[in-house]
Amino acid sequence: MNFDFSDDQKQLRDQARKFLAEKCPPKAVRVVLDGKETYDRALWKGFADMGFLGVAIPEEYGGAGAGHLELCVIAEEVGRALAPVPFSSTVYLAAEALMLAGSDAQKQVWLPKIASGETIGTLALFEGTGNPSPKAIKLEASNGVLNGTKKPVADGAIADLIIVAARTASTGRDSDISLFLVDAKAGGVEAKALTNLDPTRGQAELTFANCKAEPLGAAGEGWSIISQVLDRAAVLTAFEQVGGSDRALEMGRDYALDRIAFGRPIGSFQAVKHMLADMYVSATLARSNAYYGAWALSTNAPELPEAAASARISATQAYQHCGKNNIQVHGGMGFTWEFDCHMYYRRANALALGLGSLSYWEDQLIDRMRKRNAA
Amino acid sequence: MNFDDTPQEAAFRAEARAWISANAPKQYEDELRASSLGRTALKNANILEVAKAWQKKKADAGWACLHWPKEYGGRGASPIERVIWQQEEGPFGKLSAMFIIGHGMCGPTVMAYASEEHKRQYLPPLASGEKVWCQLFSEPAGGSDVAGLRTRAEKRGDEWVINGQKIWTSGAHYSDYGILLTRTDPTVPKHKGLTMFFLDMKSPGVEVRPIKQASGHSDFNEVYFTDVVIPDSQRLGTVNDGWNVALTTLMNERMSIGAGVATGFPELFDFCSSLMLDDGPAIEDRNVRSKLANWAVKASGLKYTSMRAISALSKGERPGPENSIGKLVAGSMVQDVASYALDLQGAAGVLSGPEAEFAGRFQAMLLRAPGTRVEGGTDEIMRNIIAERVLGLPGDIRVDKDLPFNQVPTKGRA
Repeated sequence: MNFDFSDDQKQLRDQARKFLAEKCPPKAVRVVLDGKETYDRALWKGFADMGFLGVAIPEEYGGAGAGHLELCVIAEEVGRALAPVPFSSTVYLAAEALMLAGSDAQKQVWLPKIASGETIGTLALFEGTGNPSPKAIKLEASNGVLNGTKKPVADGAIADLIIVAARTASTGRDSDISLFLVDAKAGGVEAKALTNLDPTRGQAELTFANCKAEPLGAAGEGWSIISQVLDRAAVLTAFEQVGGSDRALEMGRDYALDRIAFGRPIGSFQAVKHMLADMYVSATLARSNAYYGAWALSTNAPELPEAAASARISATQAYQHCGKNNIQVHGGMGFTWEFDCHMYYRRANALALGLGSLSYWEDQLIDRMRKRNAA
Repeated sequence: MNFDDTPQEAAFRAEARAWISANAPKQYEDELRASSLGRTALKNANILEVAKAWQKKKADAGWACLHWPKEYGGRGASPIERVIWQQEEGPFGKLSAMFIIGHGMCGPTVMAYASEEHKRQYLPPLASGEKVWCQLFSEPAGGSDVAGLRTRAEKRGDEWVINGQKIWTSGAHYSDYGILLTRTDPTVPKHKGLTMFFLDMKSPGVEVRPIKQASGHSDFNEVYFTDVVIPDSQRLGTVNDGWNVALTTLMNERMSIGAGVATGFPELFDFCSSLMLDDGPAIEDRNVRSKLANWAVKASGLKYTSMRAISALSKGERPGPENSIGKLVAGSMVQDVASYALDLQGAAGVLSGPEAEFAGRFQAMLLRAPGTRVEGGTDEIMRNIIAERVLGLPGDIRVDKDLPFNQVPTKGRA
């Protein structure tokens, strides 16, 4: 048994960490946080040059053809550095959907452009309040055009390629939903940027009005593809969350070592120490669940749906826990705009919702465990 | 990343599996499998006798104390082979409970500090379960602060005379030998005046009194020493170096990874799958599902944390203090799980015993659980270990660190 990343994969992680430490320090994140840019274009170009965008894309479509374990270690570093780039929407959602359901022609057109950084992609799924569900999809597709509104859409205002979940029938079954591919530059879609919890990542409302679209995958297969994409994205996002949890824990630990009160480092008080020990426990459980998700994702194992839900829940809990208690360890300074703590708190809470909320994934996990037990 | 055995590991696993399948006491398998925390007992047999017979059978065939050298009754196996054995032994591993302290803590300490002659004399019968050992560290005045212990050892010629009291000694009532930490110099700071011995528990002056626990059972004892004589040849380590010897013992506790810790989750999932509430099956209730999911990811997180530790072990890395999380997480989880299962039972949750709901397993778990959060290091000590030894935070300010032991205050409110 070797339930760990390989030496090569660890080397890639170190390389990504070094690259991000240099190109994406907190002050670079703040340029986007303060609204001066919608995303870090130079960093995005750097991601393409480093081969991060196409690491899991096959070589025949312009990628490195390495695999999902390699993508997991990069995701961890992206999360750790709070990279303000549309990585998750482009790579975990759009590229995964294309690889799962795209025709050869669609892959030939879009995947090389994703790998090179030329195309930003996203998935337009949600329509207001609520969790992923075929019933919640009202946007209609007929005769190759889309009509309706999606929100929130991650990176929707900067996306060139939009994968849209649309209603193609009304029988009350999952097969009512089909997926479509929209080239945002071709017109028919209006984007409006929306204020959100984590300004280092964009959210938008997209309005489709007689927007031309081509089918992605077979008609009526939309919900099944979305479910698979969400599972894959859940594992990859879990690595971002694990990276962020670790960083928030380190920040808290470092501050507890440096900050003196009552004549001693605050890290020598058990109340503070135990808070940090509990953060370590959450982060460790999340990492271990994420590793299992990585194994299931990389081998396309039948355990993937259950492993993905576990990874998602555990990582969401850990990042929220580490994010909020990092502020608590910092005391008043942790609640200033100047200190970086709030950027992790914001990201933790935004990531907790992006693929559906904690309670949605809890429900999913129990369904999936029951299915396994019944089998 | 994979869960596959190497060819060598696969061969070892096959050999272990074949031997277990041919030799294990299968008549008890179902009962052992169904036993939860607080309820490991057999209906029609004395579990201690069954455990001793299984241990002896393993020892005769070379499957006892796998990681010990052969000359001391072991197999000279690698750490990963030991883990594979535990996985294959499955429910029969629950029969090893009475030997855990002897094999996991006393044996390694004897191996590190006893004379060659003593090692050859005492270790093989310890490995085979013919002789059972206990660990005499904790005292009424020294629990988490074990170096605060007061049992005295005074030198008299070639012998030592022991007077004092130990407490929380697991299995002292059926133990043949014990390792004993004593105070030999009260005029120096507490860590510097301790000495370790091993002794025959049948020595004159040793009195074992079982403690009736809050659960109603008795797993632990008080042990009183009145002018008990131990030959100097049974000293482990040098005089006043007992604290370092004790650290060897405690470090070995962490090697016991991979055995799996009881979380109560599999039982709760089964229970909720079968329980009917007013509105339908419990497992379809939104509240129940949310609770289950939260505990599910803790249980799986612990499982895969242990898989990561085993992988590190197989690469030759030594397990470190990070393995404290298993006990910390599982201890309070099993308590919460039991409490929630009773809540689902409503007023009938108050009934316990084999006739009660789900054979009373959650009631037994609830009553045993407080002990798991204390024994072998309290939750608070586990958090200190993680904070200080994993995260590198400073130790507590210790007001008694430099005081001679006999000047350390003994009462809180004067």
